Amino acid sequence: MGKTIAEKIFSEHSDTDARAGDIVIARVDFCFVQDGTGPLTVRQFEKMASRVFDPSKVAAFLDHSSPPHTKELANDHKFLREFAARTGCIVEDNGTGICHQLVVEKYACPGQLIVGADSHTCMAGGLGALATGMGSTDVAAIMAFGVLWFRVPETFKVDIRGRFSKGVYAKDLVLRLIGDLGADGATYKALEFHDSPRLHAADRFTICNMAIECGAKAGLFASDAVTARYLKSVGRGSAWREVKPDRDATYERTLQYDLASLEPVVACPHTVDNVKPLKDVAGTPIHQAFIGTCTNGRIEDLKIAASILKGRRAAKNVKLIFNPASAAVYKAAMKAGYLAVFVEAGGIINPPGCGVCAGVHQGILADGEVCIATQNRNFKGRMGNPNAEVYLASPAAVAASAITGKITDPREFL
Amino acid sequence: MPIKGRAWKFGDSISTDQIAPGRYFHLRSNLPELAKHTLEDARKDFAHNVKPGDIVVGGENFGLGSSREHAPTIIKMTGTGAVVAKSIARIFYRNAINVGLPVVICDTSGIDDGDELELELSTGTLKNLTKKTEVRFSPLPPVMARILDDGGLVAHIQKHGRILTD
Repeated sequence: MGKTIAEKIFSEHSDTDARAGDIVIARVDFCFVQDGTGPLTVRQFEKMASRVFDPSKVAAFLDHSSPPHTKELANDHKFLREFAARTGCIVEDNGTGICHQLVVEKYACPGQLIVGADSHTCMAGGLGALATGMGSTDVAAIMAFGVLWFRVPETFKVDIRGRFSKGVYAKDLVLRLIGDLGADGATYKALEFHDSPRLHAADRFTICNMAIECGAKAGLFASDAVTARYLKSVGRGSAWREVKPDRDATYERTLQYDLASLEPVVACPHTVDNVKPLKDVAGTPIHQAFIGTCTNGRIEDLKIAASILKGRRAAKNVKLIFNPASAAVYKAAMKAGYLAVFVEAGGIINPPGCGVCAGVHQGILADGEVCIATQNRNFKGRMGNPNAEVYLASPAAVAASAITGKITDPREFL
Repeated sequence: MPIKGRAWKFGDSISTDQIAPGRYFHLRSNLPELAKHTLEDARKDFAHNVKPGDIVVGGENFGLGSSREHAPTIIKMTGTGAVVAKSIARIFYRNAINVGLPVVICDTSGIDDGDELELELSTGTLKNLTKKTEVRFSPLPPVMARILDDGGLVAHIQKHGRILTD
């Protein structure tokens, strides 16, 4: 009987014939923390061990408050830097980027098992790695021993056919999927995406990034020619290897999506699975439009936003905020002229980081304000104020809405 | 030893953003201060009025969202004896066990706020003393039961030198 990608990766990392439902002890290839989860991880680690199992496989990303906006967080950053200096593990400091983006640009390889103390770690599944988010103590145990226990997940196969029509993007697909499955519809499961024709790497990242929003442990694409091209583009061509499921793998469930039949959608407050066709809420006034994050802060996303915003301005009283996902994205956007377009449109460019999306700083909402954002979450209080509302949409829809000051179908500007 | 206390009833989809809000991000290295805001965006009075042994009663998908282990940690620090819910998000569930906070998946629809509850993990029973009803639940998988018995993952590893799965 054949195996899913998740079963193959867990088999390789546990030296067992791992099948869905098994509990295995597996070797972890790369683990990481960020500035919100890292200090607790280090404190838990220090109760269990004095040496990191392999410093080249452990990283701390200082991205959620970047640069820090309080002395407490400045001290947390200092604490993580000192830990990295003491143990030899990797530190990615303020301004370098959001952990998940840096993981795919610099660290993740197809076929690896990756654990991060951040729930959107599943994004690296876009490269064919089994990547999953866990809490501080689990990551501390990996830092100490290089292994952890895992339950091998059952897999849902998601068959993606056709091509996106104008104004419809990977974000619309993944929101539609989460709306269909529900916020806990894939709890403990892996989602394995089969795309024909193949999607771009950036689209795969957006889709895998949000696997957690329907409860999934991992989102996975096969590692193929698209993956090879992406790795080459970030100077890591030699990291490529093929990863694919067996033809006779067993799936708990199969879902099918015809991209041509999708339309622009939004996730309405206050849950990610509250997904509606954008046209149903078109005209809702907004006060903030936010483009960035690990979900949709890549150069491809900024390019779409720039194409809509070029020569136009954000509506009066709309705060238009950008967060490139990494320094590399920031530089590419600068070179391509997108940042100038954004500033001319009245936009604010924040440094690469997570602060706006996570409600930490750089874009907190006022009571009664409405934000449309490209991020992955819209929970009550998410952007720093429980009395505000957040809609989730594609970069095109957010850019279009910024111009009109109300939720707007991007096709009006394409 | 049963866990006995008052039910604090919450709805479906209580996220980690409601349990440990992002606006208190800077308090994550000051857990006693962060714990004063536990569940603040779901019920403002919770952290101030919860008594040792009280039980947080959730609906579907309790603890969804971020991987922040601070969420179950501060619930535990308030003295809460356990979290029971119809379903619990994966990362929160594992984090709760790792920090020694009992979590139970069972039917919570018959529980009202303020009901007196008695939870017995070893027998898998949750008694509603106010309503004189009882629901049963499945035990934890053995690997998690051991970690919880030992008081969390750190204590488990300190005791055994590794994670026991057999």
